[in-house]
Amino acid sequence: MNNEYLYELIEKAKRNDKGSIGKLLTILESSPPEAFKLLDIVLRETKSKAHVIGFTGIPGSGKSTLISKLLSFYKKENCKIAVIAIDPTSPLSRGAFLGDRIRMQEHSLAPNVFIRSVSTRGLKGGLSFAGVAMIEVFDYLGYDKVFIETVGIGQAETDIMNSAHTIIVVTMPGIGDEIQALKAGVMEIGDIYVLNKSDKEESQKTFEYLNFVIESNELVGRLGWRPKLLKTSALMNYGIEDVMNAIEEHLQYIIEHRYFDSKAYLRRKLLVKLFIEKLLIDKLELEFERLNIEETPGLRNQLNVLREKIASSLKELELYI
Amino acid sequence: MEVIYTGVRQTPEQVVETAIQEDVDVIGVSILSGAHITLMKRLMENLRAKGVHDIPVFLGGTIPLPDISEIEGMGIDRVFLPGTSLQEIVKYVYDAALNKRKKKHE
Ligand SMILES: Nc1nc2c(ncn2[C@@H]2O[C@H](COP(=O)(O)OP(=O)(O)O)[C@@H](O)[C@H]2O)c(=O)[nH]1
Ligand SMILES: [Mg+2]
Repeated sequence: MNNEYLYELIEKAKRNDKGSIGKLLTILESSPPEAFKLLDIVLRETKSKAHVIGFTGIPGSGKSTLISKLLSFYKKENCKIAVIAIDPTSPLSRGAFLGDRIRMQEHSLAPNVFIRSVSTRGLKGGLSFAGVAMIEVFDYLGYDKVFIETVGIGQAETDIMNSAHTIIVVTMPGIGDEIQALKAGVMEIGDIYVLNKSDKEESQKTFEYLNFVIESNELVGRLGWRPKLLKTSALMNYGIEDVMNAIEEHLQYIIEHRYFDSKAYLRRKLLVKLFIEKLLIDKLELEFERLNIEETPGLRNQLNVLREKIASSLKELELYI
Repeated sequence: MEVIYTGVRQTPEQVVETAIQEDVDVIGVSILSGAHITLMKRLMENLRAKGVHDIPVFLGGTIPLPDISEIEGMGIDRVFLPGTSLQEIVKYVYDAALNKRKKKHE
């Protein structure tokens, strides 16, 4: 890819040409040298204004449906919104079936909404780098809100979540084990807890339990913010505006406490780490596959082969710089 | 392979816009309603109007044999009739995607 083509994509993307934005995102997913060039421009010129909101919670709790309903409300506010919907890659087939979009298709033609599905990919370094880099690109392109949906397991997802200003944990009634997980701190990351599917009968009991957990301060908020618990039914379009208000309240809170920019700095710093990590891990995985144990007897020799290969990938880094 | 599923009953415009935002390698459409000629025409026109010429489109469903040449004339790459093996379709998608990527790098 020549530089002219990249610059042209960037110029068109700035005018909200969806095809060009789509292609820029693909670069982040698939081509480190071009991703480097793109991010070099983006990070030099970005204003870091986008409010990044992470949605996490077990599959089936209604994250995608909730996001779709929120999009309807935010669209009325004349907001430009990007959705990054992350689904896991199958470790066996290395393929992925990405189904988050199904719930959001009513917005597919909205000029101010951009939805991108992303799979976690086989290589460990892949996703979190592309995911975090995508946030930067949407921010640069002037999107006001970036919604990220993940299932919230694994390091890659934790990195994505740490890149969000506001984190929403979506849960649903009657999930005994999940409440155990909540207690065990797996989900101690939420700024806003949403009990979705509150149209279901058993929801009141779960609500009271969650409320108890939060009231009794077992869930410690981030940055001194007291986590909120809200009831919704994304299906019946109930309680959605409350979620939007809570998101905006949390935004005001972090702006007033001067956390907004520091979050963006942390995200940028993380991106540097993820970029190098991606280069190293991709290389390591590739060379590991190629390593022929029979022809390279002895741990010393085997490690040495890998060491040389990884060193050569760091040499490649010099090409970028 | 990564499959982005849009769910059923999408308009041609929605399919095109989704393909553009997701920057896909191949578009696959399934139509069982009998409206394949009108819908695919609209889809292909919309795709070209958006300046997309490099994404192969394939169609599957209950398509009467006499309609196939008209459909292929619209620039649709391949039509699969009921009973086609999954393997055949997967192989087609694989080759079509590789081919598209190869062209992109030329
Ligand atoms: N009863 C009920 N079902 C819901 C609600 N929200 C979502 N669902 C359904 O739950 C299923 C999973 O929703 P989805 O948004 O895909 O969940 P995700 O996996 O967390 O993204 C779908 O069948 C939705 O229609 C709700 O508020 N009430
Ligand atoms: Mg989902």
